Amino acid sequence: MRIKGLQDLELIKKKHLPNLNARLGNNQTAGYQVLCCTGTGCSSGGSEKVIKTLNNQIKQHDLQNKVTVYKTGCFGFCKMGPILLVHPGQIFYCLVHEKDAEEIVSEHFSKGNIVERLLYKEPIENKIYPQLKDIPFFQAQQRIALRNCGLIDPEEIEEYIANDGYFALQNVLHNLTPPGVIEIMAQSGLRGRGGGGFPVGRKWSFTAQAEDSPKYVVCNADEGDPGAFMDRSILEGDPHSVLEAMTIAGYSTGASQGVIYVRAEYPIAIKRLELAIKQAHQMGLLGENIFDSDFSFSIELRLGAGAFVCGEETALLKSAMGQRGEPRPRPPFPAVCGFRNKPTLINNVETYANVPIILRKGAAWYASLGTEKSKGTKVFSIAGKINNTGLIEVPMGTTLRTIIYDIGGGIPGGKKFKAVQTGGPSGGVIPAQLLDTTIDYESLSKIGSMMGSGGLIVMDETDCMVDIAKFYLGFSQDESCGKCTPCRVGTKRMLEIMERITQGKGEMADLDELEELARDIQETSLCGLGQHAPNPVLSTLHYFRDEYLAHVQDKRCPAGVCQELTDFVVNPEKCIACGICAKACATQAIIGEKKKNYYIDRQKCSKCGVCQTRCPKDAIFKAAMGGDNASAYQPGNNHTTYPTP
Amino acid sequence: MLLNDPTNKEKFRKLDEVLERYGRDPEQLIRVLQGAQDIFGYLPEELQAYISDKMDIPVSAVNGVVTFYALFSTKPRGKYTVNVCLGTACYVQGAQQIHDSFKNHLALKDNDTTEDMLFTVRSSRCIGACGLAPVVTINEDVHGKLTAKEVSKLINRYKKETAGENHEDKGPTRPGTYQEEAPTEP
Repeated sequence: MRIKGLQDLELIKKKHLPNLNARLGNNQTAGYQVLCCTGTGCSSGGSEKVIKTLNNQIKQHDLQNKVTVYKTGCFGFCKMGPILLVHPGQIFYCLVHEKDAEEIVSEHFSKGNIVERLLYKEPIENKIYPQLKDIPFFQAQQRIALRNCGLIDPEEIEEYIANDGYFALQNVLHNLTPPGVIEIMAQSGLRGRGGGGFPVGRKWSFTAQAEDSPKYVVCNADEGDPGAFMDRSILEGDPHSVLEAMTIAGYSTGASQGVIYVRAEYPIAIKRLELAIKQAHQMGLLGENIFDSDFSFSIELRLGAGAFVCGEETALLKSAMGQRGEPRPRPPFPAVCGFRNKPTLINNVETYANVPIILRKGAAWYASLGTEKSKGTKVFSIAGKINNTGLIEVPMGTTLRTIIYDIGGGIPGGKKFKAVQTGGPSGGVIPAQLLDTTIDYESLSKIGSMMGSGGLIVMDETDCMVDIAKFYLGFSQDESCGKCTPCRVGTKRMLEIMERITQGKGEMADLDELEELARDIQETSLCGLGQHAPNPVLSTLHYFRDEYLAHVQDKRCPAGVCQELTDFVVNPEKCIACGICAKACATQAIIGEKKKNYYIDRQKCSKCGVCQTRCPKDAIFKAAMGGDNASAYQPGNNHTTYPTP
Repeated sequence: MLLNDPTNKEKFRKLDEVLERYGRDPEQLIRVLQGAQDIFGYLPEELQAYISDKMDIPVSAVNGVVTFYALFSTKPRGKYTVNVCLGTACYVQGAQQIHDSFKNHLALKDNDTTEDMLFTVRSSRCIGACGLAPVVTINEDVHGKLTAKEVSKLINRYKKETAGENHEDKGPTRPGTYQEEAPTEP
């Protein structure tokens, strides 16, 4: 069916809305509605198998008329996947295995008994939360960009329409002028969500004003920042919102061709995008004369092939044209000379996902959310040493403390929070004393970090900040395309210094050299990758200088991470003297006797760590060299007190 | 030579299909190379020359693209490609030890692939499954919340699978109920 105007959209909405309402728990008569996440996190945990078994069991129990299973996008609580949400009652089942499906059907759907063992149990107070709305992870969140993720079936265009999808596009094409749309985007205060935070209205108007033609609209879906997966979730859970927004952007800037550049590492997202583009074409929402207007727009996909630098816009454009993804100097900016050397608008996935709802609800509504200069909400992925790993969306201006402790549930294992890294390899670390910083573009750059795409990696006291800085620098060095010298050679030299320091061969002069090199690289690199590559080193040097000093002056790694500066030791309290470690040791460094005791000879140990992985009782651990922990376990010591690692 | 080997006839027929679909547009070079790698498993020089010829792109440009992107390999890979995610979330959860453990257990030093062509061990940047950190993918299978201790078991599972035995899927692990392998008492 081809959609021509508002009436057709209303018809589809009317037909599918009851269904959606039932899923929202608003329609009590419709039997059980089961929503199952099929995003990457839950799929990896086996959600497709769970759905299959559920459907089989439902048939066996003859409940087809009473229970309907829907595949949805991501709920965000990836740590607990696979996730099932059951209406009525908003019952939240987590970590569901296909074996559990039978019990859910026979107990819950047949008899109405909730399967308690599959409910969410909060890890600190061990409190059980049967309903999604009560779970702390979901409170304090406000889902705008993620509005459809975990609600609609991303593979059904009607469901997107039922939740007001494509109404904004219809209104834009029939009632608004291109400058009118750009004015609304400018008033909303929406800023680019890919990291730079450039005002969207301004960006659109630059491309609109460019005189050359044809023009192009590009979606940057090359989410390379390690630890960030919001774009993937949007593409998997709500692909039509991106298509609708790109079409609106095309109308506003005068483009008739769109390109989505997506990572090949996201197979589910690619599949859903391809399907969504096909469906939109069939319904006349892409292609010639959309909504019977004289505006035509089509979208094609380009696949990345694993290069972080392709997230940079000029490199992305090269790669989208089938070439090596090397950046070039700007200006000219893509708004003037971009895809196929024509004026091009580039925004990222999350930015586009905000566009349709802003046009529906109005600029004033969006501008009322967030802070003075950073409007609206931002999606963050929280990962690392945190209880509730997952994807969250909060208003700009929320504090890091709220995100990490209220939503994220704090640090696992009762460990102490050390730092949170924002902005990935281009960002910096934020120490505990700055946890009350509100999150917006300005406040983060003021403390030496950046918003980036919204990845938050939490680190606890067992993480070595020097090692983390080396990790990020190694990442940037590895991903440097090699085109400009400061980035290619400079990051390499910095990495060599960092390696020296973590091996205990660093000198005080190295710290000054690091800082000097960092400034040079920042100032002279060609693109964002090089300009930001030294950030993790500079920010850890600023906030955790004592850890650098411990490595350089005392030749010890306080967190017990850096291999060369730590000793493997046997904890005699846990050791059962089975001798497995001694057999596994290649250098015969583990000395002792079965059923008595074992210890590791520091001089012989090559620190390969094999013993640690073989020990059945976790009795072997790494301890900071020269520290009290390590020496306490050497023979000859009085073992009256055992410091725990 | 790949082309002269009659066993590769079917593969080249598939590649020609890919070229038929995308090959006319030089902008789709990356897509064609991805297709070629899916079919042949890797992109040796001969294959690059073949694609260069069919798409009318200089072989130097094709080689430039192949060597630029991390997903392309110019060497054959093992039956199972083990991809250890070394994104930040996985790294802070001990992914480096898991990577080392795979290399140790498979006795790989400088090379990535075992001599019996069964395993190739690589590392990748974030695959976006941070909720399951640390994550390893083995071909299409995703193994999350892995520990270095489980590596040898995992390797054995795939070795057995090759020998014709199916492995059992244990499913997601509920916190606190994880069953460690019983320690072998002396």
